Amino acid sequence: MGRYVIRRLLQMIPVFLGATLLIFLMVNVMGDPIEGLCGPRACDPATAGRLRAEFGLDKPVWQQYLTYMGNVFTGDFGTAFNGQEVTELMSTAFPVTFRLTVVAIVFEIVIGISLGVLTGLRRGRPVDTGVLLLTLVVISIPTFVTGLLLQLLLGVKWGVIKPAVSPDAPVDELLLPGLVLASVSLAYVTRLTRTSVAENSRADYVRTAVAKGLPRRRVISRHLLRNSLIPVVTFIGTDVGALMGGAIVTERIFNIHGVGYQLYQGIVRQSSQTVVGFVTVLVLVFLLANLIVDLLYAVLDPRIRYA
Amino acid sequence: MRGAAQAKWAACAVAVALAASACGGGGAGGAEGVVSSSWADPQNPLEPANTNEVQGGKVLDMLFRGLKRYDAKTGEAKDMVAEKIETKDAQNFTVTIKDGWAFSNGEKVTAKSFVDAWNYGAHLKNNQKNAPFFGQIEGYDEVHPETGQATADTLSGLKVTNDRTFTVKLTQKFSTWPETLGYAAFVPLPRAFFDDHDAWLSKPVGNGPYTVESYAKGSQLSMRKWDGYNGPDKAQNGGVDLKVYTDNNTAYTDLTAGNLDLVDDVPASQLKNVEADLGDRYINVPAGIIQTLAFPFYDERWGAEGLERVRTGLSRAIDRRQITDTIFQKTRTPAKDWTSPVLGKEGGFDDGLCGDACEFDPEEAKKLVEEGGGIPGGTLKISYNADTGSHKDWVDAVCNSINNALGKANSCVGNPIGTFADSRNQITQSKMTGPFRAGWQMDYPLIQNFLQPLYYTNASSNDGKWSSPEFDRLVDEANAESDVAKVIAKFQEAEKVVRDEMAAIPLWYQNGSAGYSERISNVALNPFSVPVYNEIKVS
Repeated sequence: MGRYVIRRLLQMIPVFLGATLLIFLMVNVMGDPIEGLCGPRACDPATAGRLRAEFGLDKPVWQQYLTYMGNVFTGDFGTAFNGQEVTELMSTAFPVTFRLTVVAIVFEIVIGISLGVLTGLRRGRPVDTGVLLLTLVVISIPTFVTGLLLQLLLGVKWGVIKPAVSPDAPVDELLLPGLVLASVSLAYVTRLTRTSVAENSRADYVRTAVAKGLPRRRVISRHLLRNSLIPVVTFIGTDVGALMGGAIVTERIFNIHGVGYQLYQGIVRQSSQTVVGFVTVLVLVFLLANLIVDLLYAVLDPRIRYA
Repeated sequence: MRGAAQAKWAACAVAVALAASACGGGGAGGAEGVVSSSWADPQNPLEPANTNEVQGGKVLDMLFRGLKRYDAKTGEAKDMVAEKIETKDAQNFTVTIKDGWAFSNGEKVTAKSFVDAWNYGAHLKNNQKNAPFFGQIEGYDEVHPETGQATADTLSGLKVTNDRTFTVKLTQKFSTWPETLGYAAFVPLPRAFFDDHDAWLSKPVGNGPYTVESYAKGSQLSMRKWDGYNGPDKAQNGGVDLKVYTDNNTAYTDLTAGNLDLVDDVPASQLKNVEADLGDRYINVPAGIIQTLAFPFYDERWGAEGLERVRTGLSRAIDRRQITDTIFQKTRTPAKDWTSPVLGKEGGFDDGLCGDACEFDPEEAKKLVEEGGGIPGGTLKISYNADTGSHKDWVDAVCNSINNALGKANSCVGNPIGTFADSRNQITQSKMTGPFRAGWQMDYPLIQNFLQPLYYTNASSNDGKWSSPEFDRLVDEANAESDVAKVIAKFQEAEKVVRDEMAAIPLWYQNGSAGYSERISNVALNPFSVPVYNEIKVS
């Protein structure tokens, strides 16, 4: 187990380097960002030159990348164009998005898995059909439609919530955005769980457990669910990264000043330091989430062993 | 016991949510008499000489008072901190400031506060994006050379004579120079700015009617009324909270839900509903912004002799009225000259100047384009940045109008460029091959500002590199005049050169739009389309 973890951690290094290099090159292809800083008026050449030098944009790309990576290992992610340290932006953005992601994941787990188990055990019944239809609807409607609609109904028409989340983004204000963000994944979790539960409920070990006279509750939670959750855990694990990075739409609608907002600003302003920094951290989150998922397999199914 | 553990976890999550709601509430309601207003994160650090966009400018307008200030209604430059600005030759000026002005940290505003601030703004090593505003002052070339290092630390044209007076020497005659001093780059700065720059940036100190209470970068800037302010325009409210919104649609939604007092940028998608939602709490007034189509005169095909007929023809092929009515819901006004209605007749705005050249007439348009030899290259590609604004909509409409007028389906197509920065790159590197979107937001309400920076040979914003000796001569003459009426008449003469050559096609004047809640009143937009915050009253 320990060796497995170490090997996996070592594998992350090339993935990490490759991902950052790719992002770095992609941002670079977009061209020189300095001119955009001066608005509709052309920057005077001297100031533009100094700014370029300040942000290291006057050097060849490979050199920029090496300097950047060198700085990253000392914890310096550079400075965004508005004069703020990227680490400062991160320290305000990541906690907010992290909270939003946790809310979304909790919704996925609680609602998704319960609905999945419920429908998986009652295949073909009205409940099953109903939930299947519902998930189909949720999957087919884009997030921004759900988001704007719920914002209008709950925020403006009925006044249940505030349409915009305040800068501190407390958890209670994130409940609705979290639900919107989770909605599509939630539907997938429901369907995955349903299929998995439905399949496993006919398995020998479940029949044995029932035959032993174990209470139904225990059969479901200890025997059936434990095995059925493996694909679901995989999905949720990869979803952590996807939710954090993909929150751009939801964050924009609900005025959440998180990672999605900062990334959007970074892209529009072509602030390579911001974009590369945030994506680097997102890559790390993604890799770690995947590692944790792999480790969870062993907990869920002891037959899975790591060499 | 796994099931039990899971249940416990879920219960925890709910408990956390409830606890958070218990302690998280109550923070949103504004303090007594405080106006909450939408804001977008300023692009640059908040330094007066480094702020060149509306969002940062808004803040400076509340925190600072300069020598002059533009009247919110007429746009006229009126003395604020200045007692008098005198000149005999339109080149050497003596500035005297009023007694009794102070920064909110107690420091007195002296002649030195201005001179130090201007020297800082002009110096190359400070990377100030508005440095060219000091370019008219003698010695600018030494502190801000085009290449290499600065050879002087201060502008030789600035001299402090005593606590309340300083003299300014310009490199050439510029009679309306004092009128430019209402621009934010020219405000005074306290010593604290130079002594502890980082601290100042995190909590700016100025001499205006408000002080910064707290500034959480990227989310909220809270300003409060400064009780020690002695100026004539004291704040009528307790303060202003500028809240950063990720999207102006969300800000508008928050306004309609009653959580926000003021939105100074009504999103285009809401213009259809705005009358129903807000009634007379919606403001839509002309601002000092004009949109034009510029041409790459450095491209030999576009710079060719006789092509002004084609350009004029294209101008006549655009149905401005229809586009401003349908696409912009009347938040734009078809352009009739190259300035802006906010200047007023006396300021040089002339709605008859463009005349026929800006009137929609498809037949005449077709004739003119054919006489001029047709569109260079056969197809007109209008470049615009696709990342912000709804530029695609109107570019497509303009093309549609041109295609219909010329009777060919593909005479004109839009040419989107990914980002604003990239479009600026292509423009400044003279890589444009066809007309491109150009917009101009005035720095100060002067006809000079609508013409000289845009059309004078090699001027800072002459993106098309248009050049006309006659235009340059008329502008020089205008700047040397001391009588205001003559200055304006000369500038209008110069503007006629722009018209005859159709150096850029004027499209429309842009309006400023704002909406506000029932809680506040006396809301108005100034000619820069920024709300006049200090006059807002809270009921």
